[in-house]
Amino acid sequence: MNRPENDMLQSSPAIEMIDVHKWFGNFHALKGVTLSVGAGERVVICGPSGSGKSTLIRSINGLEPHDAGRITVNGFTLTENQRDLFAVRREVGMVFQQFNLFPHLTVLENCVLAQTRSRGRTREEAESIAMEYLHRVRIPEQAGKYPARLSGGQQQRVAIARSLCMQPKVMLFDEPTSALDPEMISEVLDVMTDLASSGMTMVCVTHEMGFARRVADRIVFMDEGIIVEDDVPSRFFESPTSARARQFLSQILAH
Amino acid sequence: MTSSEQATGTLRATTRLQELRRRVHFDWLDLAVIMMIGWAIWWFVDRIDGTLKYRWDWSIIPRFLVKTDLKTGATVPNVLLEGLFTTLRLAVWGLLLAMLIGLVMGMARTSKRLFLRLIAGTYVMLVRNIPPLVFVFIVVFFVASQLLTPLGINNAIARMSPEAKAWMSILFGPPRLIENFLSGLLCLSLFAGAYVTEIVRAGIESVPRSQLEAGESLVLTRWEIMRFIVMPQALRKVLPPLAGQFIQMVKDSSLVSLVSVQELSFMAMDIQVSTQKVFEVLIFTGGLYFVICYGLSLLFGYLERRALAGGG
Repeated sequence: MNRPENDMLQSSPAIEMIDVHKWFGNFHALKGVTLSVGAGERVVICGPSGSGKSTLIRSINGLEPHDAGRITVNGFTLTENQRDLFAVRREVGMVFQQFNLFPHLTVLENCVLAQTRSRGRTREEAESIAMEYLHRVRIPEQAGKYPARLSGGQQQRVAIARSLCMQPKVMLFDEPTSALDPEMISEVLDVMTDLASSGMTMVCVTHEMGFARRVADRIVFMDEGIIVEDDVPSRFFESPTSARARQFLSQILAH
Repeated sequence: MTSSEQATGTLRATTRLQELRRRVHFDWLDLAVIMMIGWAIWWFVDRIDGTLKYRWDWSIIPRFLVKTDLKTGATVPNVLLEGLFTTLRLAVWGLLLAMLIGLVMGMARTSKRLFLRLIAGTYVMLVRNIPPLVFVFIVVFFVASQLLTPLGINNAIARMSPEAKAWMSILFGPPRLIENFLSGLLCLSLFAGAYVTEIVRAGIESVPRSQLEAGESLVLTRWEIMRFIVMPQALRKVLPPLAGQFIQMVKDSSLVSLVSVQELSFMAMDIQVSTQKVFEVLIFTGGLYFVICYGLSLLFGYLERRALAGGG
């Protein structure tokens, strides 16, 4: 583990990926991805299905171990070493497409469990922090319920709160609204917009182009395991340079 | 009231009526079936009475349940009740030990380490493919007698205070039989443990991978994920097969009577031989097993309902 000096932390990016490769058997999912995300930056990753965007975001906190290249988060580099992996995960929160709440625990317990285990907080501290974040995602009144009693939108907001309770420096969102009914998408996107305006570093895989246009500092477009475009939203949407991005945009904006 | 509201109203009324009819549904066919069953029971009883030439004497049951201590004049448990207590001790300790073995081996069976998987796999393979009878003899004569005697349990008990001895006999039965009891218990829990292992493994594998990923992203260790996320969900899912396995174990506990553990069926056999009242003892003993096992199914039914109420 190499913790950089404080002044270096200011200048170094929150996430640095250099020539990252990933294979699933013979399938080359990431073909040398290089990406840098500055502290406080909001990056939206988009692309057709199978383009490697999920693999990319999941490799940042080591859920998918990468096979080659270098991934560094806030100065901690992912290695085979368990301690490095945990050091990176302490910096990173993650929200999943299927929410992945723990069904046998109440909303509050979902938010408390990891705090008391890996943040070393007492139960009281953890509960008050949990309630604070449940307020922030606007569902403190659901704290005593089990996830199955909640709507999809509510569950995803709990998942966001659960992640924030660990007070990560970086938040990863892996298609957070793809499993939601249309009428619930906006409540989740509102929470994410709030979070973005609070200065959180965010990497978000999503098909919500309206959200991307409003919130993102940069759009990263992926196809077949490589980053094809990496640009500010206005230029990406108005004048994409690659034919593949143009085709993708025409398909996704058509309906 | 709009027409659609009216429609749903009538719909609800009809379903309620159907439900009611389903609940009290009874016609001549049901009557015929009940009469047939009644006649069959009468026929059997009549036949048995006519052909068996057996003189029923149920009075022996209470005599073997309790007796009067000749020295103190107090009422104390007799052999049948002693046997029942031993069976209950086997059931309770066996349930705990089998669960412990099942949890550890179930986790080993789903481990990332090949060595642990091999150990647990071999254990399950051996137990499942040997007849229970052979298994009991092997464990008692080759394993338990080698393990328990050198441990010096008998000496340890002899040195204990009277209170500790009293506790020992409540928990494990008469001190002079404790080695025998422990070897029977070892058989039973090793045997049931293999099946519990497989049930636990199935439970662990039924928890989706995404749950582990959520735990990993929250910086939980593998052990914490197992303990707080996977196991609670896995055990809830496998409560019904676990109940079945434990009930099976209580019934299998009669097997250790073959190595002279003085549990219910051992005592029952003893009484049958000495009194010749075979059927009374047989039927009564069967009833006692039924009560224990049915009690277990009620307990597990309650646990299941509680698990269901909590999030499911």
